[in-house]
Amino acid sequence: MAIWVIASLTWRELVRRKLVLALLALTGIVIGVTGWGFSRVPSLHLAGHPLTQGEIHTAAAQLLLLVMFMFSFVLALTCAFLAAPAIAGELESGVAQSLLSRPLRRRDLLLGRWLGLSLPIAIYTAVSVALEFALVDWTTGYWPHLPVASGAALLGEGLTLLTFTLALSTRISAITAGVISVIAFGTMWLGGVAGAFGQVFHNAAITNVGVATHFLLPTDGLWHAAVFAMEPSSFAGEASRGLGSTFASATGPTVAYLVWVVLWLIVVLGLALWSFEHREA
Amino acid sequence: MAEGVAESQVADESLLGSDALAISSSPAIYVSQLTKRYGQTLALSGLSMSVPRGEVFGFLGPNGAGKTTLVKMLLGLARPTSGESMVLGSPAGSLDARRQVGYLPELFRYQGWLTAREVLALHCRLAQLERSARPDAIRGALATVGLSHRADDRIAGFSKGMQQRLGLGVALLGNPQLVLLDEPTSALDPVGRHDVREIVRGLRDQGVAVFLNSHLLSEVEQVCDRVAVVDHGRVIATGRLAELLGRPQVRVRCTGLAAEARQGLSSFGKLVDDEGWLTVLAIDPGRVPDLVAAIVEAGGRIYAVDPGQQTLEERFLQLIGGG
Repeated sequence: MAIWVIASLTWRELVRRKLVLALLALTGIVIGVTGWGFSRVPSLHLAGHPLTQGEIHTAAAQLLLLVMFMFSFVLALTCAFLAAPAIAGELESGVAQSLLSRPLRRRDLLLGRWLGLSLPIAIYTAVSVALEFALVDWTTGYWPHLPVASGAALLGEGLTLLTFTLALSTRISAITAGVISVIAFGTMWLGGVAGAFGQVFHNAAITNVGVATHFLLPTDGLWHAAVFAMEPSSFAGEASRGLGSTFASATGPTVAYLVWVVLWLIVVLGLALWSFEHREA
Repeated sequence: MAEGVAESQVADESLLGSDALAISSSPAIYVSQLTKRYGQTLALSGLSMSVPRGEVFGFLGPNGAGKTTLVKMLLGLARPTSGESMVLGSPAGSLDARRQVGYLPELFRYQGWLTAREVLALHCRLAQLERSARPDAIRGALATVGLSHRADDRIAGFSKGMQQRLGLGVALLGNPQLVLLDEPTSALDPVGRHDVREIVRGLRDQGVAVFLNSHLLSEVEQVCDRVAVVDHGRVIATGRLAELLGRPQVRVRCTGLAAEARQGLSSFGKLVDDEGWLTVLAIDPGRVPDLVAAIVEAGGRIYAVDPGQQTLEERFLQLIGGG
């Protein structure tokens, strides 16, 4: 099946270009460094007294959210950098013309690329998140209450940006698609922060900015879903009193929101297919 | 009732059979009134032509004449603004058409992180070759383009010429019925160009049509059965090379010919003076001795007689208004 031919070609490219090696090495370093940091938490003192188990968990949870925020940022950038040249780069270089002169449907080329990038991203996310959670549990005893959901939300965040960038890559140059995606990702994050401010100051207009960004490009919305799944229940309580921020979420995502995210992915991927089908190669 | 169904099936089968026959006897390329507009630029302007199966067809034209645009349309890489184009009996760009076509792009770029063998294997899979036929097809392509000794080297380390050879190998995979070669020797040395000519002749011997898009007119002259000259997006001349180049001519270097005597030679053909040479165009080759005798009789002194034919380059320049 042509989709698998293209997907396996993409996997081989990721290996040959040493991207997999780089991700493995960097993940190893990050796990090692954060592991050392988490292992120091139980021996910390507060006002001359050792931390209680509850305080250790709270500190570990805060640190974990910080580490995972960085991970989500790295994941998003990785997705943008991988997807930006996936179509545009091959069109610019002429490789795509050679492939498309074969009995290969454009939709198979695009879906093969999407699959070829999504699966390694899914594996990378699952392995990184599982290792980090296990490490935190081993060193501090803290374990997120919805570990699978948090990993899924982080993966969803990555796939959202990957799909968005791939759609851009069917029409504009690789470098422009990558830059637009990164800026859009940052803007959505800022929108989320603005929304949190709006909640604190009970300003409906600013709050709505945050809500709108969660729907427009659901990266920040999914980050907050991941936060809710990773944070202790006390954080959710704080957030429910209007202190929601990048690192606290009062509630988990609604089913309607999750349906919206799935629909968003399908629609944007459909737009990417339509766009690629209707352009000149 | 049962007989009726049977008759209908027979009719359908015979219809399918006639369709298949029509496809197998259809030209390799058929293009009618093809137009392509990019904004204000008219790349193709009602281009029409036909390339029979099994012929080597040269497609010539100055830069920007629309040559690559046409090739891209034949492969479905670009869409026409209007007009019709068929490849091997199927709509240009359709999966059926692409299944039978090999293509060497002008910008021959392949995945630099793959080896030559892996690129060929990838194209075997995309061309839907039987798994069992792939190893032989790859070995054959590598041997044909002289890359067997570099089969397992990564393409990133290949010279441009070697990459073009690989591109040619890719185009030959899967027993295509039509091979589109867009400037196939642009990066090759003289040996490579000779090899390409031999490959093209070999394809013709196998009944494969070759569409050769090239600027190298001498190359086209050596291998093509027919040519088309395109300018400003339309065909301005087409035909067999001999037809296109016209009848033979003869150049005579002579002195002492009076104007009146020179006028008398016009019965042999159109006369053109060129720096001491008198060229007689479209002369019957059998009348060259008579021409020489007539010049001598008229008092002219002859130093050289050079029978020949207009070169493709001369004809090309003449057609596009450059000479």
